[in-house]
Amino acid sequence: MDKNKQPKIQIVNLSKVFGRSPKKMLQLVQQGMDKNELLTKHRHVLALDNINMELKEHSIEVIMGLSGSGKSTLIRHINRLIAPTAGEVLVDGENVCNMGAGQLRRFRQQKTAMVFQNFALLPHRTVIDNISFGLQIQGKSETQIKRSSYYWLERVGLAGYEKNYPAQLSGGMQQRVGLARALACDADILMMDEAFSALDPLIRSDMQDVLLELQRELKKTIVFITHDLDEALKIGDRIAILNQGQLIQQGSADNILLHPADDYVRRFVADVNRTGVLRARSIMDSQLQTSPDFSNTVVVQEDDTVREVLHSMLSADSYNALVTNQSGKAVGRIDSEMLAAAVNN
Amino acid sequence: MSWSEFPSMSRADLRSLRKSIDESFRNFTQEYGESLERFFDPLLEFLIFSERLLLSTPWPIMIAICAALAFLASRSWKIVVGVILAFTLIGYLGMWQDTMRTLSIITVCTIVAIAIGIPIGIAMARSNKLQALISPILDVMQTMPSFVYLIPVVMLLGIGKVPGLIAVIIYALPPIVRLTNLGIRQVDPDVIEAADAYGCSGWQKLVNIQMPLALPSIFAGVNQTIMMSLSMVVIASMIGVKGLGQPVLKAITNQYFSMGLLNGFAIVAIAIIFDRVSQQYGRRIQQHRQGDHNG
Ligand SMILES: Nc1ncnc2c1ncn2[C@@H]1O[C@H](COP(=O)(O)OP(=O)(O)OP(=O)(O)O)[C@@H](O)[C@H]1O
Ligand SMILES: [Mg+2]
Repeated sequence: MDKNKQPKIQIVNLSKVFGRSPKKMLQLVQQGMDKNELLTKHRHVLALDNINMELKEHSIEVIMGLSGSGKSTLIRHINRLIAPTAGEVLVDGENVCNMGAGQLRRFRQQKTAMVFQNFALLPHRTVIDNISFGLQIQGKSETQIKRSSYYWLERVGLAGYEKNYPAQLSGGMQQRVGLARALACDADILMMDEAFSALDPLIRSDMQDVLLELQRELKKTIVFITHDLDEALKIGDRIAILNQGQLIQQGSADNILLHPADDYVRRFVADVNRTGVLRARSIMDSQLQTSPDFSNTVVVQEDDTVREVLHSMLSADSYNALVTNQSGKAVGRIDSEMLAAAVNN
Repeated sequence: MSWSEFPSMSRADLRSLRKSIDESFRNFTQEYGESLERFFDPLLEFLIFSERLLLSTPWPIMIAICAALAFLASRSWKIVVGVILAFTLIGYLGMWQDTMRTLSIITVCTIVAIAIGIPIGIAMARSNKLQALISPILDVMQTMPSFVYLIPVVMLLGIGKVPGLIAVIIYALPPIVRLTNLGIRQVDPDVIEAADAYGCSGWQKLVNIQMPLALPSIFAGVNQTIMMSLSMVVIASMIGVKGLGQPVLKAITNQYFSMGLLNGFAIVAIAIIFDRVSQQYGRRIQQHRQGDHNG
């Protein structure tokens, strides 16, 4: 299903050095100096180190990594809130780094919208005036502004709060305003920098559901940053893992759980409850003819999680499962040994 | 050589140094004094106009206007009653005209200070270099004894309303510049980043975000500017500004104790009124910051 999605954002050989003379320092890096040496000897920070990645349209692309791994720096290159030291960022094939000031402003107004970790609402404006901020900057007409901001007010579940000020709302409600402000812009790309990290676990889970539900209908390109693996697994179509400014691995949740690229990723995924994340598709054996025995077999869907497969097998008292795709065709099989291996891996 | 005596310039050298500075300034005065005076003509007209307006308005209407303004700004009946009482007492004690003159010059001074100070403050907030350049100038303006800069002002423009106003403005301008600059610089960088992310131009950012959020601070600046210009009325009266300052000056030279006291109290009363009204107003415009759940 990912195969036929086009890349929306392409990041090519992107590097970023913070400090007084970034270009010069980047040369040292290219000659082999590492991040720590650069920091201790020259007091420059290598925040991004030659990143190459594609972010696909209509999907939720999660970027994760520990604090200081360069997530915020990376996402801010997409709308050039931060300019690269070297490399390019292409959005719909257009190089963001070559845009003039006016062009960049129009690009930000029309193509991207952003949701922030600490909400960044305008404290002097009411909820409804916050939601209409992006539209107002775009120069939309009064009636259009009013219609869309009230629509989004309702969609994020804040009807009745339009005349309140942000300081009068709880954190979760404030972030709903932030989300509505972003969605009202009608931009293709939604950038969320740890948008839910400041919220309580329950509220956070609510907001994830709100986002997923909206995305089913809107099909935007969402770049979602988090340092929480459970959140990444829940909402991400694909996950990219950053460490020390380098892209370590990018792939589906199953791919990352089953084939971690290195020890860093392995440590990252160690504590996750896999049974709720892994899908039948990724652990099955697709060589159907090797199946010795089809008696007492349960039928499961390829999209079922391992937990669901396990449940089906246990309740039928079976050791074998036949995996079928959406049209009912058999595509593989799972036996109890394969299940055990997937859970314990 | 004795260490208790500083090896200073010889008297003759010092005299010739001062002489040459004085002379070149005098030449400058002769050359440009008149055109400078013409440059300030609109200011003089503004001053005369506002003074005439205040003096010709019948006193009951004047009190009513002041009370109404005080109410609009502060929404406090206590302050309104205070305003009416203070003005009635001032009028009854024979200081109505001088008070109107002082009010007029304070108003003009405040308007001019706002018109000059806020743009300078904004420019300062946008450039660190400009801030580094202007800050020491503001320090000088505020700490230099007013008599020192009265000398060149009087040499250039003579004695009268305009030089008086300029002297007052020089003294009263720094707080509004400083607090505009501070207010804009203190705006939450996260909010500024959001504005950039949504594609704001510099102007949109200024109008929609920086100015509204800096408003309480700018307002504190206006308040201070008013207070400082009031504190200058006595000095300004030395170079011909009419108003409550002149009787005070006369009282000092002739040792009229009660005259000084009464006019002094009138100045204090105006100061308190301005202060309370503008503080209440400032408090009202930043109510949204308190997170009271009353929606
Ligand atoms: N403006 C800056 N000047 C200097 N160094 C910076 C700047 N911004 C970021 N850095 C450095 O770049 C590195 C990456 O920072 P970044 O904010 O992108 O990390 P992050 O992954 O978003 O972390 P967090 O989870 O804490 O938000 C860090 O070492 C940080 O100290
Ligand atoms: Mg960050």
